[in-house]
Amino acid sequence: MTRRTATASSTWWFIRLGSLSLRVPRRALPASAVLLLLILLTVIISVGQGEYYIAPLDVVRATLGLETGNPDHPLVVRTFRLPRIVLAALVGAALALSGAVLQGITRNPLADPGVLGINQGAGLAAVTLLTLAPAASGALLPWVALGGGLLAALLIYLLAWNRGASPTRLLLVGIGLGAVATALTTFLIVFGDVREVQRALVWLTGSVYGRTWEHVRVLGLWMLVLVPLVLLGARSLNILSLGDAPAKALGQRVEFARGLLIIVAVALATGAVAVAGTVAFAGLMAPHAARRLVGGAFEALLPVSALFGALLLLVADLAGRTVIAPSQLPVGLVTAVIGAPYLLYLLWRQRSA
Amino acid sequence: MTRAIAVAQRRPRNALRLTGLLLTASALTLLVAASLAVGSMQIPLPALLSKLLSPDGSVNSLILHTVRLPRALSALLVGASLAVAGGIMQALTRNPLASPGILGVNAGAALAVVVAVLVLGSPPLSTYALFAFAGAGLAGAVVYLLGATGKGNSSPLRLVLAGAVLMSFLTSLTTALLLLDQNTLDQVRFWTAGSLAGRDMELFRLTAPYMLAGLLLSIPLARRLTALSLGDDVARGLGLRSGGVKLLAALVVILLAGGAVALAGPIAFVGLVAPHMARFVIGSDYRWVLPYAALFGAILVTLGDIGARVALRPQEVPVGVVMALVGAPFFIHLARSKVKR
Repeated sequence: MTRRTATASSTWWFIRLGSLSLRVPRRALPASAVLLLLILLTVIISVGQGEYYIAPLDVVRATLGLETGNPDHPLVVRTFRLPRIVLAALVGAALALSGAVLQGITRNPLADPGVLGINQGAGLAAVTLLTLAPAASGALLPWVALGGGLLAALLIYLLAWNRGASPTRLLLVGIGLGAVATALTTFLIVFGDVREVQRALVWLTGSVYGRTWEHVRVLGLWMLVLVPLVLLGARSLNILSLGDAPAKALGQRVEFARGLLIIVAVALATGAVAVAGTVAFAGLMAPHAARRLVGGAFEALLPVSALFGALLLLVADLAGRTVIAPSQLPVGLVTAVIGAPYLLYLLWRQRSA
Repeated sequence: MTRAIAVAQRRPRNALRLTGLLLTASALTLLVAASLAVGSMQIPLPALLSKLLSPDGSVNSLILHTVRLPRALSALLVGASLAVAGGIMQALTRNPLASPGILGVNAGAALAVVVAVLVLGSPPLSTYALFAFAGAGLAGAVVYLLGATGKGNSSPLRLVLAGAVLMSFLTSLTTALLLLDQNTLDQVRFWTAGSLAGRDMELFRLTAPYMLAGLLLSIPLARRLTALSLGDDVARGLGLRSGGVKLLAALVVILLAGGAVALAGPIAFVGLVAPHMARFVIGSDYRWVLPYAALFGAILVTLGDIGARVALRPQEVPVGVVMALVGAPFFIHLARSKVKR
């Protein structure tokens, strides 16, 4: 993890509003602009693709509510395709932010909600609902998954606490607790009816199939609260990533800041998991890509990670819908397949570090 | 210094160690007998013995020879194999958290078997084992290469993280393959949980030789493992060619873990817990740690299997689930106590 210590005015823009001052790396702005553009393009292409092809220009028109000359277009674009695609972008952004924060807190480039056992907790809660009460699962599922994820995170934090929550213990306890949750999930899968089990497996792989504006609204509101909190934490993250002792010397309340940031990161990840299931590796990959682009300062890393995450999930969703059309691959499977080689490469590089 | 001498004197001598081993073995024998007797149909002990030695056509004899015996033998061998594999991995990586379950070796074998079922339909049983070996070998090689080689000493965290990440990848691939095909899902989902239910003599006969070979090979390996567990430099100083030993050790781990997974599916945490129990009892000499670990592992799995049958009768809990529920808290305890920072 390279850290940028130069604070020369040439690499930073300073924004001052009274007593509040904000520092933005110059490189972040062009990077964000390019990513936003790519996201927009991918959305337009993605909405057009499907069993019923719609030309890009018509996609834009239908989205904006203009006449396209085809009465089907508004329905297909605005009711069927747009919600799932917007949701994919939101899920990607949330997972990426969560991963970036967790990597900063644990000072470990391999941390993400999936490795830390939070996803497994949410998965266990969701599969419990899906197999034991399949009839009641529709509206309840996101909330139950959310509860499961938060509970898992709380347990991990409490169990890792031994006169302070060390990052290493957090990771190891997370892995252990994740194993328990996985075992219990397996147990439920073995006993469930095979059709419900398959539904549960789709959810466990992570999918945005058939999602509606309702899902977008839930996750959107959730992120509206949490994303500003994460961005406010950027400065604390910068300090925490130096190590516990330097952070303390700099006057940071280490355990307090770490606890708060963990809560926010977990809430973001479980929010995404609640609506889309456990999407693997998105939270792991996006922050790495962002770090290569804009360096390790969290003021820039966080927003660029979020954009990368959104783009990643959009592309994965598009690939999942088109590669073996008319069948679909769940988006989480695509991210897992993209993520693995990248991950192996990361591990390989880490071994000589 | 005086304290070290006191510790040395307190260490049990070989005769004592042997007695302990025999006592543990007899406890295991009793457990196996219980495992044979307990079930939806209880078989009284005297009948058990006579039916075991001279099978007749009675219902009890039939149950014993077609259902209970393969299952008990499988539990025995799987437990011992996983425990010895875990012990070897812990010595090799000098990492108290290493074990086939946590480092993704089991997950690799599981993925390979699912691929076999998906691609070949219902493959003959013998191919199960071959696929499992290939999967275990590949996953083990990858995780070792990434987590335990390279510059600097490998911290426990790095290896475990490499394993966890690899495992989550392998597991999501397995899930994905199962999604594509409901038939395969129905066929293998009980197996992927790690279970001993319904194992017949056929599968046991096919996989047992590999595991037995692994166990036998671990005997000449044990002495060298003790040296290796002290560090590469020490091992070299003691005149050990560590490259060859490591290669043999890796082969043994693949035989043991792959065989166990082919027979019973991925059962985690036995390989973690049993060697620790053994070291707690007997110290750090692997000539004794490995046999003790084998016995403890067999006891754990046999107990877990009995529990799995009795807990939710008439339903059966997969023994892998039981093991995870027992073993994961132990893993967390290790993480809490061994990792100071």
